[in-house]
Formats: sequence, structure tokens, C-alpha cells
Amino acid sequence: MDYQTGFFYLFAAVLLYAAFRVITARNPVVAVLHLMLAFSQAAALWLLIEAEFLGLTLVLVYLGAVMVLFLFVVMMLDIKLEGERWSFWKHFPLAAVLGAVVALQIIAVLWVGFPNVTSPATPAALAGVPNTKALGLLLYTEYLYPIEVAAVILLVAMIAAIALTLRRRKDSKAIDPGMQVHVRASDRLVVLPMNATQKPVPLPAAAEESKA
Amino acid sequence: MSLTLGHYLSLGAILFAMSVIGIFLNRRNLIVLLMAIELMLLAVNMNFVAFAYFLGDLHGQVFVFFILTVAAAESAIGLAILMLLFRNRASISVEELNILKG
Repeated sequence: MDYQTGFFYLFAAVLLYAAFRVITARNPVVAVLHLMLAFSQAAALWLLIEAEFLGLTLVLVYLGAVMVLFLFVVMMLDIKLEGERWSFWKHFPLAAVLGAVVALQIIAVLWVGFPNVTSPATPAALAGVPNTKALGLLLYTEYLYPIEVAAVILLVAMIAAIALTLRRRKDSKAIDPGMQVHVRASDRLVVLPMNATQKPVPLPAAAEESKA
Repeated sequence: MSLTLGHYLSLGAILFAMSVIGIFLNRRNLIVLLMAIELMLLAVNMNFVAFAYFLGDLHGQVFVFFILTVAAAESAIGLAILMLLFRNRASISVEELNILKG
């Protein structure tokens, strides 16, 4: 057993433990933190098989952005923690058996299909090229159109997330800048015709004085 | 005994089964459901990366790249819908979401 296999078992054990805690943790914050642990272990596993760019992307994008987003949402929602663990552990044995069946079936099919592939067959064309460069060469030539579609998907997701959660406050006195720009002088200011000078109106008191 | 493709495929299968269990059993908390979906995508990505390495084909890694993109978009929109749901119903329990009577 070489050191690579030893590291694989270490990371895989931590990954599976973290995944188990994600689905069983009572407190959602604990679940999110274990999910972060799981993703970091997955990144380490990917680094083991020379997927450096994707491993680092997983750390940056998932641990750095998506998981923090999860954490924000979990902390923003006032979720009441359940007192007892409802029916989780009651149904757990059955679910564990079914899950084991699913996992064993997938493993059996894949193991028969790909028996003992050990040699990392690196194509000759990519012998001395680093992983990131090779991936970039593929992405920006063969997959140029899909990567643009992916960029548009991200934009749509961003706009959708903002539009879904945008809420107008009733007590806010903010003014729409578009309306402000469109306003005309005649909407705000009315010029009334007035004479610059006027004849003095005789006061009634003065009239009485002159009579006396 | 050196590292084989089977190691990674087995790990991916176990992870996938575990997240399926999580989706079935967590009926009170929509946010744990979203996290289980993320784990599922991670299991699939694990298989893709393993195939890309052991079969010497880099296209698998490109596919993982796109899956990561879509998963990020999905979780952003999912969390936005979750916020909206909590604002309107004050609950994120899956069992209470029966407006559509589906």
C-alpha cells in the first residue's frame, strides 16, 4: 500500500463521516459546517488524482462562496430546532438497508465494467502540459460555446435570485431615479402671472380719518 | 495495493447512497435537502474526475466544470426561493408545503 492509497483512505473516511453528519445533524449550522468539511476532503481527493484546477476551484467557489451563502441563509432564517428527532431514527434502519443496496448495486455494476484500472493513462499530447493549461486549451477551443452558455446561466441565476428576494419597504422614502430623471419643470413649478407694481388700496381706517 | 478506479467509484457510490438517504429522511428541513443535493452532485463529480484521470480523457474534467457552474446557479436560486418561502409561511418544513396539493 503506497502513501497515495493511505491518503485516499484518510480523506475518504473523513468525507464519509462529514456526509453522515450533514444528513443527521439536528442543527442546520452544524450541517453546513460539516458540508464544508466534506467539500474540503473532496478537493483533497481530487488533488490526489491530478485534478488540481478543479480541486482548487472547489475550495474557492464552493467553500468560499456557496457554503458561505448557505451559512448566511441558515443564520438569517429563524429555524426552530425540533425537540426530539421526529421520525428520523425510527425510519433510519430501513433507509440504511436501502441505501446499502443502492451503493452495492452501483459499485457492482461499475466494478464489473471497469475492473482494476490502475494505470493513469496520460495521452502523449498532454504529457508535459499542466492540468490548468490543458483544461484551458479544451475549454476555450472545443467548449467555447458551452462555456458562454454557462456564463449566461450564471447571469440568469444572479438576476433571478435578486429579483426573487427583492422587497420594497413601505416605510422607505427612497425615490425611483428613473422617475426623477423624467420629471419636467412644469411638473414641479407653476409660474403665476403677477404685476410687478400695484396701486395702493386705500385702507378703511384711513378713509374714516379723512372723513373726520 | 495501489489506487484504482474502483476506489473512487465506490466512494462516489457510497456518497450518493448516503445523500439519497438524507433526502428521504429529512422531511422537516428544506435546507438539509438542498445540502443533500449538493452532496449528490459532489458524488457524481467524483466519478467524473476519477474517469478523467484513470482513462486519460480530460473531457470528464470539463464536464465537472459545467456541473459546478450549474450547481452554483441552482443553489443560489434554491436559497432565494427558500427565503421567499420562509418569509411567506414562516416555516421551511417539507411536510407543510401542501398548497398545490400535489
